[in-house]
Amino acid sequence: MSHAATEQHDVVIVGGGGAGLRAAIAIAEENPAFSVACVSKVYPMRSHTVTAEGGAAGVIKPSDSLEDHIYDTISGADWLADQDAVEYFVHRAPEEMVQLEHWGCPWSRMPDGSVAVRPFGGMKIERTWFAADKTGFHMLHSLFQTTLKYGNIVRYDEHFATKLLLDDAGRCRGCAAIELRTGTVRAVLGRSVIICTGGAGKAFPFTTNGAIKTGDGMAMAYRAGVALKDMEFIQYHPTGLPGTGILITEASRGEGGILVNKDGRRYLEDYDLGEALDVSDPRHPQKRAMELGPRDKLSQCFVKEMWAGRTIRTKDGEVVHLDLRHLGEAKIDRRIPFVRELARNYAGIDPVHQPIPVRPVVHYVMGGIDVNSESATDIAGLYAAGECACVSINGANRLGSNSLTELLVFGAQAGRNAARFAMENPDLELGGLESQARDEGERIRRAYFSAGARRAGSADGGGASERIAVLRNELHEAMEDGAGIYRNQESLEKTCDKIAELKERYANVSLDDHTNSFNTELTAALELSSLLDVAETIAHSGRERTESRGSHQRLDHPDRDDDDFLAHSLAFRTEDGGAPRIEYRPVTITKWPPGARTYGADSGLKREAEGSGTGGPSAADGNTE
Amino acid sequence: MSKERASASAGRVGSGEQVAGSPVATDERTITLELFRYHPETDAEPRFQSYEVPYNEDWVVLDAINWIKDHVDGTVTHRWSCRMGVCGSCGMMVNGEPVLTCAAFLKSYFPFAVRVEPLVNFPVERDLVVSMDGFMDKLEAVKPYMIRDDVNDTSGGEFRQSPAELAKYKQFSMCINCMLCYAACPVVGHEEGFLGPAALALGHRYNKDSRDHGRSERMDVMLSDEAMWGCTFVGECSVVCPKHVDPAGAIQQAKAMGAQEYFKAFVMPKGAGA
Repeated sequence: MSHAATEQHDVVIVGGGGAGLRAAIAIAEENPAFSVACVSKVYPMRSHTVTAEGGAAGVIKPSDSLEDHIYDTISGADWLADQDAVEYFVHRAPEEMVQLEHWGCPWSRMPDGSVAVRPFGGMKIERTWFAADKTGFHMLHSLFQTTLKYGNIVRYDEHFATKLLLDDAGRCRGCAAIELRTGTVRAVLGRSVIICTGGAGKAFPFTTNGAIKTGDGMAMAYRAGVALKDMEFIQYHPTGLPGTGILITEASRGEGGILVNKDGRRYLEDYDLGEALDVSDPRHPQKRAMELGPRDKLSQCFVKEMWAGRTIRTKDGEVVHLDLRHLGEAKIDRRIPFVRELARNYAGIDPVHQPIPVRPVVHYVMGGIDVNSESATDIAGLYAAGECACVSINGANRLGSNSLTELLVFGAQAGRNAARFAMENPDLELGGLESQARDEGERIRRAYFSAGARRAGSADGGGASERIAVLRNELHEAMEDGAGIYRNQESLEKTCDKIAELKERYANVSLDDHTNSFNTELTAALELSSLLDVAETIAHSGRERTESRGSHQRLDHPDRDDDDFLAHSLAFRTEDGGAPRIEYRPVTITKWPPGARTYGADSGLKREAEGSGTGGPSAADGNTE
Repeated sequence: MSKERASASAGRVGSGEQVAGSPVATDERTITLELFRYHPETDAEPRFQSYEVPYNEDWVVLDAINWIKDHVDGTVTHRWSCRMGVCGSCGMMVNGEPVLTCAAFLKSYFPFAVRVEPLVNFPVERDLVVSMDGFMDKLEAVKPYMIRDDVNDTSGGEFRQSPAELAKYKQFSMCINCMLCYAACPVVGHEEGFLGPAALALGHRYNKDSRDHGRSERMDVMLSDEAMWGCTFVGECSVVCPKHVDPAGAIQQAKAMGAQEYFKAFVMPKGAGA
């Protein structure tokens, strides 16, 4: 690992997905004299935002209200969301969505030229903006292309950040990053830093997440002393393709798709999620009910059906069927064409003629880097936004289509606040930061390339040689077995123990590749190291939370316990790098006291009963693009 | 998970050496991958290396490459992420054709060997990884963003756009920047100044967007020298495009638009007709 000249900017953003790019534009727009660095391990348009399909929530239609969006989000979160943050989020959402429209996002439209919206799970009224079923793709490319307008956004594409750099006053002032092309370790310095590195779904074997979702930013913040908050809350999306885990968007149910078990029964009606209306009933699909229940509940219903022996056995495991046939070819092609393409290519079935086999799949990490409602961490000058961060607006279960809006609202907010911090803290002492980056390069060289590392990693050397893929697979197995949809004390303890063992064995990891240029085996090793730390916080936070709430379901503690656990868990790294220390912080409740979380008939569908129509202005309309 | 169960034979056929720690050959079916190898620090010339990979009919070429990297040879270098045909990272030449390796199923090649090379018309960084520098510059050159004065003023709500207006450019907004069209294009390889299919389609996408006012500014770039005129309408770009963007169609439309601008320039001061 050689060293390069230090690069100096005003704000450094780590991560080039939706949140990072939105932050970059916010800074560049409001501070034309600022230099903004965007450090990303992939080219921005490869970021995982690109795969989001169904849409982004924002109140725009007269039939909807901010109040409804807030309530849907808080109840969807099983009251673990901070309500001041949710209010801010919902109030800012429409403006951010319109701004992205102005930047070129090709939102689907109504005949009058206004944007179209569709219903999503857990929503009282349709409010999901969409660009057919490639919403994340269009949002990411619109943001990326917009950044090209600004000469003061400097991209460090294919730079893998490994460490945050703090000055003597404890302020975050940049990161050390490996330039993949050359293997050079660079100090990218700024007066403040924003982490926007996405989630960590790759801690699990079966996930919608791309290869790059390895929790690097979460691990970086954790190692610098920031807590990881609410990490036990992992979202399983109810409809992934078996085998590959490819996502079939919730929009397929928003458009009217139904879920059936091996007997052809719409089994969700057996789990207090409402009445199975006939698909020809004009009230179908009913919002906040049945197939449009929240993701955590739908995934849990699948497991119960499986335990009751009513799922369908395939060579890739148990599935249920997502049936879209009644929508017809024209609607499928117009509204959810990507679903058809994915089902044809990766499941070999055409949803126009056959039901799609689906099962729950790890999709999203509700928890993340502990930030306050200003996107700031406890380290001065360090901010985080997007999936890697936990504000928290998502609580114990994120509502579908809130995450794309979240990256806009909080990406922009983090950008503005980081810029202000940079303005107020202009001094930048290079020397100490540069030497930290040099030390980091040396640490990586010693750990993975040195003669000692090669010996330790060889069968006849200091220890048993460990291969990255073997450790990763054992981690996957431990997470699925012990920290999946249903958990208990014993399963979580086993997972905690296994992770501790894997961390020890990681010291003997052995690379085939000891060269500098584009060493993706080295980055895979660093990613595994991030995943081990993040997974450990998931398992330990889950073990300590002896209640069931949202996506965290304990078979040995089946009820929600507001007396003891209406609180965010905070996992802090301990001195020796072993098991995290878990603390709690009360949830911020403003106007919505914790209540029963009901869907279906009891879900408060007053608005619909008053007759504004259930199909909504878009769902029933065949003319939208 | 099924990937791990498929722990069949492994070994470097090309070099003939048995790899330490790799599983022993069984009677399960295998398929041969011949990978293009080139390391800038050690290799004067590229070479091919063969690997026997367990054959799984659900696997795509990318799965096979990942299996090699995980279990046999960690030095194999390639880009990938989403494995669902939308991030655009994993484009390579497979048996001479530019494809997304996450969408190229082994069963279309079995039982014959699969030869994998980096995309042609790009400098190779290492193995299957090409340099994207030139491509990124070309994307940026066409000013692929909304140009109008009130672009940051959200007070009036969304800019209206009818479904028909959206349909005029929607297809050209579907490009995932996978660069397969540059590998297929006979002009990209020898005309340095040619912007190429994806960049031209992207510029055209904004030109056709009813919300945009930047056409004349953009056309200044697209109409200069070889930027667009180099295209000879071979149309291979549209054939290989995995997202049906039809860059050839975009270029044809843009040329027609450009001819109009050209004639307008004679009768009107520059920019007045935009």
